[in-house]
Amino acid sequence: MYEQFKARAVGVGAEVHRVGTCSDAVEFVLSFLKQEGVTDTAGSYAVWAKGPFLEAAGQESLAGIPGLGFEVTRERAAQAKVGISDMSFAVADTGSLVQDQAAPDQRLASALTGIHIALVPSANIVADKAALFARINPKNSRYIAFITGPSRTADIERVLTIGVHGPERLIILFVDELGGEKK
Amino acid sequence: MKQEFKASIKRALNDANLTGALGKFSEAYKVNRTKAYEGIDFEELRGRIAEAKSAAACHLDEVAETFRKNAEALGAKVFLTSDPEEVKQYILKVARDNGVKNVVKSKSMATEEIHLNKALVEQGISVAETDLGEWIIQLAGQTPSHMVMPAIHMTKEEVADIFSKEVNERLDTDIPRLVKVARNELRPKFLEADMGISGGNIAVAETGSIVLVTNEGNARLVTTLPRIHVALIGVEKLVEKFETVVPILDALPRSATAQLLTSYVSIITGPTQNDDGSTKELHIILMDNQRTQMAKDPKFKQALQCIRCGSCLNVCPIFRLVGGHVFGKVYTGGIGTILTAWFDELKKSEEIQGLCIQCGNCTQVCPGKLDIPEMIMEIRRRLVLEKGQPLVQKAIFSVVNNRKLFHGMLRAASVAGKPFTSGKFIRHLPLFLSELTDGRSLPAIAEKPFRDLYAGIQQPKGKEKAVFYAGCLIDFAYPETGVALVKLLNKAGIEVVFPEEQTCCGAPALYSGAYEVAAQNAADNITALLEQDAQYVVSACPTCTVALAHDFAKTLEAVGRTEWLDKAKQLAEKTVDLATLVKHLVDEGRLSFQEGAELGKITYHDSCHLKRTLKVSEQPRELLQQAGYQVEEMFECDMCCGMGGSYSMKLPEISAPILKRKLKNIKETGAPLVAMDCPGCVLQISGGFDQDGAAVRVKHTAELLAERLKD
Ligand code: SF4
Ligand code: SF4
Repeated sequence: MYEQFKARAVGVGAEVHRVGTCSDAVEFVLSFLKQEGVTDTAGSYAVWAKGPFLEAAGQESLAGIPGLGFEVTRERAAQAKVGISDMSFAVADTGSLVQDQAAPDQRLASALTGIHIALVPSANIVADKAALFARINPKNSRYIAFITGPSRTADIERVLTIGVHGPERLIILFVDELGGEKK
Repeated sequence: MKQEFKASIKRALNDANLTGALGKFSEAYKVNRTKAYEGIDFEELRGRIAEAKSAAACHLDEVAETFRKNAEALGAKVFLTSDPEEVKQYILKVARDNGVKNVVKSKSMATEEIHLNKALVEQGISVAETDLGEWIIQLAGQTPSHMVMPAIHMTKEEVADIFSKEVNERLDTDIPRLVKVARNELRPKFLEADMGISGGNIAVAETGSIVLVTNEGNARLVTTLPRIHVALIGVEKLVEKFETVVPILDALPRSATAQLLTSYVSIITGPTQNDDGSTKELHIILMDNQRTQMAKDPKFKQALQCIRCGSCLNVCPIFRLVGGHVFGKVYTGGIGTILTAWFDELKKSEEIQGLCIQCGNCTQVCPGKLDIPEMIMEIRRRLVLEKGQPLVQKAIFSVVNNRKLFHGMLRAASVAGKPFTSGKFIRHLPLFLSELTDGRSLPAIAEKPFRDLYAGIQQPKGKEKAVFYAGCLIDFAYPETGVALVKLLNKAGIEVVFPEEQTCCGAPALYSGAYEVAAQNAADNITALLEQDAQYVVSACPTCTVALAHDFAKTLEAVGRTEWLDKAKQLAEKTVDLATLVKHLVDEGRLSFQEGAELGKITYHDSCHLKRTLKVSEQPRELLQQAGYQVEEMFECDMCCGMGGSYSMKLPEISAPILKRKLKNIKETGAPLVAMDCPGCVLQISGGFDQDGAAVRVKHTAELLAERLKD
């Protein structure tokens, strides 16, 4: 299912990667930030929304990384180059990510920033919406968000253009360790 | 039709950008949609949607009440009203109570329906549409021209002009750059707004959830950043169960934009927290505005199954020519005609309802299973009931209801028309009669109608009998098609009976909303056609076949002549189109064609009624192949040719470009011959080639097949 997901997600303009452990994931994110020139000094920074991943990886270990902050306010998110957040499920047949985003910082980090890095447990890939709906329940999650590729519009002359109100890039990182399943 | 309306059609047709953009889009859409639905059983999917939505529509009150209870238990405020005025007052009050100065909106047709922006602006509240297309038309001071792509009618040059004014800087037409400008301009508006207003694509009673579907991500911001969220939702968006979200999400993006899923889907269930830790104020307004009335109307209840995907517009041959500013008000196209008649008023749909050519393309793709042309016919009928038939039409139809007089006039026309006829120019009968009164050129009526020729054909006497229903066109203009039909059936040993008392099938009257006339035609024909005890009633005109097999019963029922229903049913059961019957005879080995012939390329035009109402498309192709032709498919083979009976006379400016496109598609196959199974299409397309000058022969399939019969 990973391969199907990847093909579909890439098809709608997302970038898909996979790592084994949480520390691999941290490494991936940090080298990405570096590559994108995210540093405090230049006023270019990233916000990382609190969630299961940070709990598992240990937020403390990331303290002191230049350009990386964990306080997600609307102002910081709106100015941030990169937003990092968790997504719980990946839906293989449409290439979509799904998460309970009732906490507003999860939404801010994934909706206002220029690039969204989504961390997903590899074990949580489901085949389709029917399988997904067996696992989500609006009674427990007040804001269930589906994200499928980056923000897009075709409102001017039907020309597909990426990134109007939401992120221009969606980078999906599957983490095997989070969901237990081995590669 | 009013001058003004005609002028708006003309403007739209002359707008090269509009027709170009819509034309190109509709071509690409067809291909992309097919791809998006690959591996999906569309019939099954839309069956589920239609069933779930129809179930909710059956007891809207209860479902809305359940929704209210569940959403309120979570802390949302729910307001239910039937009155658009109350909706506006409610929103204005919320705004006043909270000192709201700035509103950001995510796309919502319901707010367009009640002209909410105007009401807000009048109270000094600034309103920004944030969907890019909506923002463009807001800045331009226009209304949306398509439900899903509101600014599809505008060029990048126009958008660049509008944005340049907004940012006070000369912008060029680079689209990604223009999109960036929109992002930068709207960002501060999102961050400053005190109130976010959204629509809702689905409202789930069981859980009190609303579902929002967007690509741009503006709905996520509208429902996240402002401390107040107001969702205005038409009650037709209600479904009972959460599980119904699945089929709707499966169909909506695929149908709307040929995407597997939109970039963003949000399922909001009760208020969430704001980013400052306070709880969001969530107001959900369930708006009725005639929808309950609609649900109670057996003819229009199905309209509540609409999921507003806009795919009916994308495939509509008329919409793609004239666009949304002619074809609709707030809601556009065929579905827009219906919604205008209800949400606005019946009278407002008077002109736009005439734009529908009844081709049925929309019904084929509609994920809500709406029969749009049928509902538009019903609107026509009600308009006629309310206003009465125009006098000229009344005069014509009184002739049509008197068979002897009617046929007498047709015969007279053959003589009277002779000096003026060039080639075989003719208009759909019996509407040509109105031309008689206009003093316009007369149609070519055959010297001898089929009914006279029939008398000279010796019939085999066997066990099997078929009653031939000719219809006016074959009887009086294309008798050769009738002769071919007789030859085919006789060859299989079937005796063809031709009841003289048969008359017009009533389609012209029916499609004009003159149901009483059509019902009388139905009754006369039922009597004439059932008199003989035959196995089949066969026709070579799909419009007539549809009349016999589907419309008679419906029409008679509509005017309350229920004593005829049993007989109408009997007739319907026996009725068959020629292609289906001949195919059946060939398969049984009772008919065969000369062997070894290679007749070269032919292309086939699907007639609307045959393909979509009667669902016959393979049979004629297979028969032509068996007869020795090589079928070369044309682009958009099943797109309407623009005939539509009286349509081509009332709206020639629309009918003509549709025909032109058809001729082009035919020519591009390189086939010297085009076959079809409807005399109306033969009339339109051969008339077109007559003017076009291309050497393409136009034939009814029956004639081509009859020529190739084995001796
Ligand atoms: S009528 Fe059908 S095709 Fe048209 S918008 Fe509604 S659901 Fe879509
Ligand atoms: S029946 Fe044809 S013309 Fe009428 S609304 Fe549907 S697609 Fe358009």
